[in-house]
Amino acid sequence: MSAQAEKLDVSVWRGDSDGAYQTFQVPAYESQTILDVVSWIQQYADPTLTYRFACRVGMCGSCAMMVNGRPRWTCRTHIKTVVKDGAVQIGPLRNLPVIKDLAADMDPFFDKWVAAGGVHAPSGSRYDPIEPVDPAGPERTEASAGIECINCSVCYAACDTVAGNADYLGPAALQRAWTLYNDAKHDARESILDAVSGTGGCHNCHSMGSCTVYCPNELDPMSAIAGLKRETAKNFFRKRG
Amino acid sequence: MRPSRAHPLWLAFVLHRVSGVALALFLPVHFWVLSYALTQPEKLDRFLSFADQPLVKIAEFGLVFLLAVHLAGGLRLMAMEWLPWSGPQKSLAAGAVGAALLLSGAFFLQVISV
Repeated sequence: MSAQAEKLDVSVWRGDSDGAYQTFQVPAYESQTILDVVSWIQQYADPTLTYRFACRVGMCGSCAMMVNGRPRWTCRTHIKTVVKDGAVQIGPLRNLPVIKDLAADMDPFFDKWVAAGGVHAPSGSRYDPIEPVDPAGPERTEASAGIECINCSVCYAACDTVAGNADYLGPAALQRAWTLYNDAKHDARESILDAVSGTGGCHNCHSMGSCTVYCPNELDPMSAIAGLKRETAKNFFRKRG
Repeated sequence: MRPSRAHPLWLAFVLHRVSGVALALFLPVHFWVLSYALTQPEKLDRFLSFADQPLVKIAEFGLVFLLAVHLAGGLRLMAMEWLPWSGPQKSLAAGAVGAALLLSGAFFLQVISV
């Protein structure tokens, strides 16, 4: 029980984009995640604290926040790994409008996901025979590399290109586009190249790699975007040739 | 709030930008000085004797390093975007800096030994 005597100084963002940090004293426990700390504040200190979570096991992608200045999935990060001198700062995701406190408005993130051609268009119906897909084939390998994305927006919050260009589609949307481009059962593969080569498209990426560094599922959006750059460029020369 | 950026590929990005801007500033000056060979050879000779000073040699080392690191870093980016593999980018970025140091170091040893 000695661990409970310890207190953490937890600064959480309050209000909308014009808000400020408010510090709470939160008891420290063994095996405590960042989300546990935020939940403690909401349950025991201030019930008006707004934040978002659902599954608590790293599958739904709802609970991402900025923790000490870097984006993290809060349900799968132990508070011990981020506390510095007994203190931690928790804010809403960067590069997105703040609704209130720790809840960021995810609309721009998902709007761009759709704008990049991310909605699946089936190439057949349930009445067609199932076409076999070789799981080890080169196309399927590229597609499979990105399918574990949980749309938590950590990469979007980490990206400096998104911060500098509001039109840029961002790493998650472009990785989704690359996944569908390599999916043999997607029926709109050519239109993806048009969707990702516009003003906010893949060629804005400066390959800083923050998306790949911070992705909690250890995916590699930077390489997916490089793949889109390659295919859009090839397509451009094919059209001219 | 800004995410911590101290990771190798972000630093490689900054190095590529800074070296690119430095070279863009250097090249017009370079051609301007070279033009003296045609217009005012005596002025060029004065500049070349000024360039023999040790401090200028160290600056030249920096210049060759920036040129080499921009070249090697650019080749890394082109390989990533044009070849159908992405490779270990952190190691490749470190290799680009290493190759640039080797090249500029060899240049520096050569100019100070003359």
